[in-house]
Amino acid sequence: MLASPFRCVVSPGRRATPGRHLNRIDTMKLELRGITKRFGALVANDDINLTIEEGEIHALLGENGAGKSTLMNVLYGLYRAEEGEILLDDVPQHFAGPGDAMAAGIGMVHQHFMLIPVFTVAENVMLGHEQVKAGGRLDLAAARTRVREISERFGFDVDPDALVESLPVGVQQRVEIIKALSRDAKVLVFDEPTAVLTPQETDELMNIMRQLKAAGTSIVFITHKLREVREVADRITVIRLGKVVGTASPTASNEELATLMVGRAVDLTVDKAPATPGAPALVVTNLTVIDPLGQILVNDVSFDVKAGEILAIAGVQGNGQTELTEALMGLQPRVVGEISLDGTSLRGHSVRQVLDAGVGFVPEDRTRDGLVGGFTIAENLMLDRANKLPFVKRFNLQLSYLADFARTKVAEFDVRSQGIETPVGRLSGGNQQKVVLARELSRDLRLFVAAQPTRGLDVGSIEFVHERIVATRDGGTPVIVISTELDEVAALADRIMVMYRGRIVGIVPGDTPRSVLGLMMAGETPAEGAAA
Amino acid sequence: MSTIAPVNQPTQPTGPEEGPATAVIKSWKVPIILGVFTVLGFLLMVVFGRTGTSTMVLSTSSDLIQLPDVLLPTLPTGIVISILLAAITGLSAWMVQTRRKVPLWLISVFAVLLLIGFLTWASADERIPVPGLLFGSLSLAVPLIFGALGGVISERVGVVNVAIEGQLLAGAFTSAIVASITQQPLLGLLAAMVAGVLVSFVLAAFSIKYFVDQVIVGVVLNVLVTGLTGFLFSELLAPNAATLNQPPKFERINIPLLSEIPIVGPVFFRQTLIVYIMYIAVAAVYFGIFHTKWGLRLRAVGEHPQAADTVGINVTGTRFWNVSLAGAVAGLGGAYFTLGSVGAFGKEMTAGAGFIALAAVIFGRWDPIRATLAALLFGFASNLQNVLSIIGSPVPSEFMLMLPYLVTIFAVAGLVGQSRGPAASGKPYIKS
Repeated sequence: MLASPFRCVVSPGRRATPGRHLNRIDTMKLELRGITKRFGALVANDDINLTIEEGEIHALLGENGAGKSTLMNVLYGLYRAEEGEILLDDVPQHFAGPGDAMAAGIGMVHQHFMLIPVFTVAENVMLGHEQVKAGGRLDLAAARTRVREISERFGFDVDPDALVESLPVGVQQRVEIIKALSRDAKVLVFDEPTAVLTPQETDELMNIMRQLKAAGTSIVFITHKLREVREVADRITVIRLGKVVGTASPTASNEELATLMVGRAVDLTVDKAPATPGAPALVVTNLTVIDPLGQILVNDVSFDVKAGEILAIAGVQGNGQTELTEALMGLQPRVVGEISLDGTSLRGHSVRQVLDAGVGFVPEDRTRDGLVGGFTIAENLMLDRANKLPFVKRFNLQLSYLADFARTKVAEFDVRSQGIETPVGRLSGGNQQKVVLARELSRDLRLFVAAQPTRGLDVGSIEFVHERIVATRDGGTPVIVISTELDEVAALADRIMVMYRGRIVGIVPGDTPRSVLGLMMAGETPAEGAAA
Repeated sequence: MSTIAPVNQPTQPTGPEEGPATAVIKSWKVPIILGVFTVLGFLLMVVFGRTGTSTMVLSTSSDLIQLPDVLLPTLPTGIVISILLAAITGLSAWMVQTRRKVPLWLISVFAVLLLIGFLTWASADERIPVPGLLFGSLSLAVPLIFGALGGVISERVGVVNVAIEGQLLAGAFTSAIVASITQQPLLGLLAAMVAGVLVSFVLAAFSIKYFVDQVIVGVVLNVLVTGLTGFLFSELLAPNAATLNQPPKFERINIPLLSEIPIVGPVFFRQTLIVYIMYIAVAAVYFGIFHTKWGLRLRAVGEHPQAADTVGINVTGTRFWNVSLAGAVAGLGGAYFTLGSVGAFGKEMTAGAGFIALAAVIFGRWDPIRATLAALLFGFASNLQNVLSIIGSPVPSEFMLMLPYLVTIFAVAGLVGQSRGPAASGKPYIKS
């Protein structure tokens, strides 16, 4: 049916039937040999060898774009590798699709959950291997029982009849785990599982991993977070630019791991002098944002940001931070309350008026909201002022002025490209973000708002972006940084505001311990005296 | 038109397991629409009121149980109904003011009252045959229902089916030829399904395999089928009408007992085989989509194809075969034109029924039962126009011809509101 995905496979006669003989064994050894996967000219995986022993937690550590997820998608049958082979208990496998991988005992908890939001938990778990009653009717009762069984075994507390979209992300992740376990997975792959979790939920996940390991399941834990790796892994394999660059034991220090991951010594802290805050510049009073269905996304929020300080807004994704920034920028239609910048009201103004008032904005999804992918670097750099002098005179774009401007900015912000005429869609994430920063920081700013400024960037770009944000603050501009990464919040913030379910849980000093922030992100009000 | 209610309610910290907080958005849409209709109704029924007596005939002459005719004095009925309409409008305004939701049944009562008022006004000193009105509505709704079922299946699996019109027309054309040649209406029915599937194959191949925009393929297919059948009709069918375009029609079958229930019997149980197949199809599609493995996988593919892929479901195959099935169902609807009602193929005889079926899919929120009800509503609007022009209503017939489409626009634009279709409908699944 399909061409053999690997160059070296056993002859068809001896091909292992996936799953069949493995079902009797409770534990399983997984081996990847010489996996190479290319996307056009890009080599995403280059001759990767990896062995996951029975019942171990094996961490796969690497930067964004290092090729970890590609490797796991090859393992799971979603991608076909050009070279190499997969062995389960020393038997070469042949996966034509995820169905085969699952049948062989490989389960995957995806970074973006593979759950149907409008289905119930039981429906999601049964999908793909449904049991039916006489007459073709779905046997939902059996699926419910299965969910309850697994749920009780690991103390998950998941209601089989709950709609998935109504569940918190932490619970949705458990549904993914149940889904894999209900198919008798013996190797479980977790792809960046902690990206969407609160610190408390992360701790619970670590416990679940240990429990699974105790029950004999092998675990592959893909992440770029050093702390988590050292806490839970038995062995660590580090991947950089598609290659295995080394293995480490969990006793290795953060600096050792980071150096291995990035390929050079990295400074994990941001150099930053103490803030010298001035008068409150942005004052937000009783701000509420409502969506078209009447759900309150931001609920009666009041805060201020002073000149020359960084206010970091922390919280798990989806707790109103996005809508709050959109309300500040004039992107939200249903807003109640008051927003004032240096005494003038910004509420109810168009985005153009907000920009003209001196607000710089780095949106959280740069490819969707920050840039026009098909436009050149130069064109993207003037998107915000394309109707103004000196970029346009009467009806004519001033192309020579634009070229000069773009060249200056590209040099200043170290955008690596083949020239200012390169479409931004072809740049790496780090360079795209530099273009956004270059544009937004080249106006006279009275407020700078950066949402998830380093999401998906490599360590080098992260350092650059952080330096720029601190420099903006030191220039006396009030800065708001929205981030779901506690490391980033801790590195940048002078004050930290934590949001939960659209409300402010508290505003605390920048050096507040991680454990306190974690509780706040789960909605618990900080102890007395912690407020700034 | 919308205002936001103050939301400075006491801000109690919510527990971690509570749902998201909500605010009530005051929407004056419903009272405004009802108000406009109340004024229009008042102008028509009272200001331009007609005197006389309207007669509603409830039984046909062949019924076992004969119900007496209902006599309504035209002007007083109009006055009473105008008062009731105004009362409902006021009630809905009060509900919005006090932040209550205006229930759908209240809007339905309003619509039914307005309809009775209009019928009474239009039939001053005339007789309206109620069973005939309803029977005709069902007849006109049959192709719409088949088309809507095809649309529901196709959209639920993630492919927008704009080609319903083309599938209906292809079904009508093919069934006419095959039934004429073989003199077997059943074979005509089968041929109609095949024709619908063939149209679907093109839609499926271009939209699923080659990722062409589904709406564009659908529109192009409609134009293609219209042109092709029109050409073949004038070149082939018109000169050879006796041999190629005289299909035997399905006979009406009266179901014993059920066909004798007053009003309901003559409308629903004195129909042809195709209509009985339609009853079964509606039930089967409903059961299939919501209670079987087939339906679960179909919905999964339409909502989140990647998730379906990761549990080993073949997304492309599921989409391809279900779009084909949708074509077969719509093809049956096409056969009704030639084998059920008209008795011969005519150029562009579907006359936009496929698009009305598409509207029924959206109005019915992608649910087979609701889509069927929506199709029945559109069928009723069409037949009302027929009946009123026969009894000679004072409304110009050109205006009446707009009625079904006006109802469609109001139904889809005004009353559906925020409805959510299958999340991945219209989006090709491109495996990286």
